[in-house]
Amino acid sequence: MADAALSTAPRAARGGSLALRLRQNAGLLGAIGLFVLFYGVYNLYHPRGFSQQVLIQNANEVFTIALVAMAQTVPVILGGLDLSVGAVMTLVNCLASHLVTGSAGEIALGILACLAAGTAFGFLNGCVVVFGRIQPIIATLATGAIAIGLALFLRPKPGGKLDADLSWAMTNSLGDFAETYGLFDGGQAPWFQPIAGIPVPLVLLVLVAVCVWMPFRRTLTGRTVYAVGSAEGAAFMSGLPIARAKLAAFTLAGFFAGVGGLFLAIQTSTGNADIPQAGAYTLNSIAAVVIGGTSLLGGTGGAVASVVGALVLRAISFNFRIFDIPPLMQPLVEGLVLLAAVSLGALRALRTRNRLELFR
Amino acid sequence: MQNEFAPFLTLTGISKRYGGVRALDGVTFACGRGSIHAVLGENGAGKSTLIKIVSGVVQPDEGLMRLDGREVAFPNPAAANRAGVVCVFQELSLMPDLTVADNILAADPPRRFGLIDGRAQRRRAEELLASIGCADVDPRLRVRDLPLSRRQMVEIAKALAKKPRLLILDEATSALTAADVERVYAMLRRLKADGVAILYISHRMHEIDALADTLSVFRNGRHIETFAKGARSPDRIVELMIGREITAQYPPKPLPKESVGPPRLDVRDLSWGERLKGLSFSVGAGEIVGLGGLDGQGQKEVLLALFGVLKGVGGTVTVDGRPHRPGSPAEAKDGGLALIPEDRKTEGLMLPMSIADNLVAASLKPLSKGLVIDRAKERAAVADAVRRLRIKIGSAEDAVSTLSGGNQQKVVIAKWLMTGPGLILLNDPTRGIDVGTKQEIYRLLRDLADGGAAILFYSTDYDELIGCCDRVSVMYDGRIVRELEGDAITEQAIVASALNMNTEMTHHG
Repeated sequence: MADAALSTAPRAARGGSLALRLRQNAGLLGAIGLFVLFYGVYNLYHPRGFSQQVLIQNANEVFTIALVAMAQTVPVILGGLDLSVGAVMTLVNCLASHLVTGSAGEIALGILACLAAGTAFGFLNGCVVVFGRIQPIIATLATGAIAIGLALFLRPKPGGKLDADLSWAMTNSLGDFAETYGLFDGGQAPWFQPIAGIPVPLVLLVLVAVCVWMPFRRTLTGRTVYAVGSAEGAAFMSGLPIARAKLAAFTLAGFFAGVGGLFLAIQTSTGNADIPQAGAYTLNSIAAVVIGGTSLLGGTGGAVASVVGALVLRAISFNFRIFDIPPLMQPLVEGLVLLAAVSLGALRALRTRNRLELFR
Repeated sequence: MQNEFAPFLTLTGISKRYGGVRALDGVTFACGRGSIHAVLGENGAGKSTLIKIVSGVVQPDEGLMRLDGREVAFPNPAAANRAGVVCVFQELSLMPDLTVADNILAADPPRRFGLIDGRAQRRRAEELLASIGCADVDPRLRVRDLPLSRRQMVEIAKALAKKPRLLILDEATSALTAADVERVYAMLRRLKADGVAILYISHRMHEIDALADTLSVFRNGRHIETFAKGARSPDRIVELMIGREITAQYPPKPLPKESVGPPRLDVRDLSWGERLKGLSFSVGAGEIVGLGGLDGQGQKEVLLALFGVLKGVGGTVTVDGRPHRPGSPAEAKDGGLALIPEDRKTEGLMLPMSIADNLVAASLKPLSKGLVIDRAKERAAVADAVRRLRIKIGSAEDAVSTLSGGNQQKVVIAKWLMTGPGLILLNDPTRGIDVGTKQEIYRLLRDLADGGAAILFYSTDYDELIGCCDRVSVMYDGRIVRELEGDAITEQAIVASALNMNTEMTHHG
């Protein structure tokens, strides 16, 4: 019965799968375009543009904000905001400056403890939102302050020490990583050569996206996160696990923020309970999410898009170094460029011919 | 122990209160396998509460519910779904940002290694859509991008995906096109033959006539009577529903008048993209003109274009002889227009705000002194509107969302009447509201026309067009294909021109 009817479906009229996907991801495409523009200009004017050193340096500068942006994305898709992501990142950063040192076993345990701490803090956020029935923005404002308080307790003053080998291996190329730990003939194996130049942070970023975010998105829980952001009442009526999805969203946010904080500690080899920095990370994560094309109303977008948004943000500030913009001018210029970037998303208002569509 | 003839669902002494209001009062009710069982009643009769209890959205205060002989209690919709009780809600349960396939298989998608199998899901969605004759809907599209009538079909496919043993349809066909309605009928008859129990809630008598085998009437939270189809006359059924005898359903139409001066609204060659292809028509003061035809032939766009919602509209429109080119609804309002929108919940009302705030929302300027709203004037205007439309409210400060559907729609209409419009546009204003309120609205429209207003009225219900309108313009594919007047407004004529079948030849010979 179904098959007969199916064969008559006007498949040709449906248009290609690719065209449809491009149309549905117009915001992300715009962000990729912006990144190519800003990063291309930066490399063109950089004395050592398009070189491995520049790429490695940039990859290190991008990783933490990219992870915090991924963290922010999940609650935003749910239709909320997480104001604690920067603070959780800072808390894990301080924790790592105590734990990620010593023997190989101690380091491994320390890393696990750091990731568990971030995840647990995210789960706590989820519990406050789900069981306390408090709106995410205000719940995480409070828990964010708690996270900063704990971080200050752990590191009243910047300091601490991380394993030097680990710092070196994680913040350079794959080849350096293999050499540090004696893998693949010390990084000299012939098959390894084509990929030896790739920066480790970039590899980590892709691993987190591919091994954590993408599978999550395809679980029933992950889909429910989108469903709740799109129409919570409809999600309830559809019998979806709403509470589980909310818990999972904040837990995942905690995990991503934790990975970011851990990396920052490895990169800087210190812990620093820097309050302005935590706030800046939180606000920039929201900007990255929006630039990536995720709607603050929830229901659309994705963490990979926010990574692109974070790349755009960082690429903008890279250009300050090239074009010698005085530090006092930088916030002003950054604000203007940011405003212009998010305005691109508003261009659809000019295209639509039914004004009512703007309010949907 | 299964008994073929025992009812599938039985309710015994079910009661439910909301605050001080008894929504259901000791209802005892049964529904059998392989039956299409219509539930009738005005809004507020308890139908919605009944289906909410059966489908697990709310829990009864007292009473017993048995399914297939076993006592059941559903704490949430998911539990009801697991027991095979599935409801197609009037208020859509679709997530607009998810794709059609995601929505149809939302609760239980095909999975491999715990991850959703997108391809299998798409295939399954295609099968389900095809089984209700909707193979033209691409399962990869977002629901947001579908027209309302297609969304409703997706909603039905979603219900089928849950393999119902008891399927509940609550006004599920009110947003559908005539062709889709036929497909849904066919699907329901198949399910009936397969032994599924079907509860069917509708305000449209002809649908119930075409489908149901058993009818139950509810009134004021009580189950009044259940009988086989044909055992009661339509008049008797309506009496049972409203508890009093009814006279005429539609107010009498005045005799056609000779028009003097220019018509209130004159439209020449109205066009908009691919949707409106050059329409010309006019509406005089004191006239009710209907827009008919299948759903989605451009009727809504005509109303939106006149109300300043659409950009890039071509053609000339004059109101009272003056050119009319509104750039926004605000400008259209200043030009003396009012639009009663299609979807009262999103475009008509601000649901969490109070009844009073909603009533004055379109007339804040005349109710203000300088920058401040005059509270005394506002109260007087609200009291006047409530009285004029006989809106049943507790306090005007209650949220408008606490009202029943019919009363909500009255608030929308009252809001616009407060602006004193000379030209009233209505977009399917009686969808999903009860018989009593419908009659009041018909009466009101006629009174407004007699008072000198011009009314342009789009309805998906042909009975309404026939009963209310002085003239009917039938649209097809963005054009007016036929204008009917007086006694020529018949269901046959509307249906024939709606399908663009050229019956003019036979008429004019």
